[in-house]
Amino acid sequence: MAHDAPTGGERAAMPLLPALEVVHKRRGNAIVVTTMGAAREWPKLSTEGVGPHPLDFQYLPSAMGHAPMLALGLALARPEREVICFNGDGGMLMSLGCLVTVVAAGAHNFTLIVLDNGLYEVTGGQPTAGAAEAKVGGGSCDFAAFAQGAGFHTVRRYAKLGDWEASAAEVLALPGPRFVQLFTQPVGAAYHLPAPAPMAERIQKFQAALE
Amino acid sequence: MFTGAQIVEVFTKLGITHVVWLPDSTLGTWEPALASADGLQLVRVCREGEAWTIAAGLHLGGKRPIVVIQSTGLFESGDALRNVYYDLGLPLWSLIGYRSYLLPDSRDSAKRFAEPILKAWALDYLLIERPEQLSDIAAHLEACAAANKPGIVLMAEGKG
Repeated sequence: MAHDAPTGGERAAMPLLPALEVVHKRRGNAIVVTTMGAAREWPKLSTEGVGPHPLDFQYLPSAMGHAPMLALGLALARPEREVICFNGDGGMLMSLGCLVTVVAAGAHNFTLIVLDNGLYEVTGGQPTAGAAEAKVGGGSCDFAAFAQGAGFHTVRRYAKLGDWEASAAEVLALPGPRFVQLFTQPVGAAYHLPAPAPMAERIQKFQAALE
Repeated sequence: MFTGAQIVEVFTKLGITHVVWLPDSTLGTWEPALASADGLQLVRVCREGEAWTIAAGLHLGGKRPIVVIQSTGLFESGDALRNVYYDLGLPLWSLIGYRSYLLPDSRDSAKRFAEPILKAWALDYLLIERPEQLSDIAAHLEACAAANKPGIVLMAEGKG
């Protein structure tokens, strides 16, 4: 089991869209599950003028904090495919136990990427309980340490886009389940989630693409 | 109410591939049979809400899961249940242990609220009160699948 979670140092953060693009370039035929901020930004990369990638599942509307569980179900159903899930730090805090569930299920084809900006951006940018500025004791929440404690086979954490870009291909090929914490910048006040197509239509297309 | 072997037989007949569960002391007696059954994969969750969205992902991926939890877990799972049944529109199956139903004098609040909660979510369910109803489980779930609607079985329990 390989654990390599860098620790310490002042918190920097990378812009969200380029951070996602690093995965977009390397996804291959992976299923990609997005929610909240990632669900808003990822389609900008993935549409390429021809509509959403058929193996994207934009989990909107979602159950709070449950994107990793939906993605885990897909990973267990389709062990021959890689499944990548983007989750927010607020969503992660809502369901930390799922880190243990992922490991217990033995989902070797599963990558969970937490986009950590310390905020509930969709509700106007309030700090999460895990953000340093919201904690009496100070210090931001160490999701990578949680994942390592839960037993993820590969755990990484990046604050600089260049470091993430240089490592992503290798990380995505390491033994799963994999966990990546990316410190990302808030997108800003103009937060808007565009309404996706009706769910039944999206599910039909997604399932057709899986066949 | 039922042995693990009986439940495995029902689940196998239904073509169930994954049992996504968090057991109580009644359901937990099925663990050895479920864990050793050919063709059934047991997925253990940390909190019942997880079970619904894992089952949703399995269903989207072409499998046939069932969620098995206690009524207290049903209470915990509200947002996930709402999402998979009403946002995603998936006709998932579940078997829910009805804590304290078989204890006539019980003042357990879990007994009091189980059926009202299901009704509040506008979910139909089959209540299993006697061992003779074993075959009703498969019939009910198959009928729900044919109608493309949620299939929920509420199984009476004594203690939790």
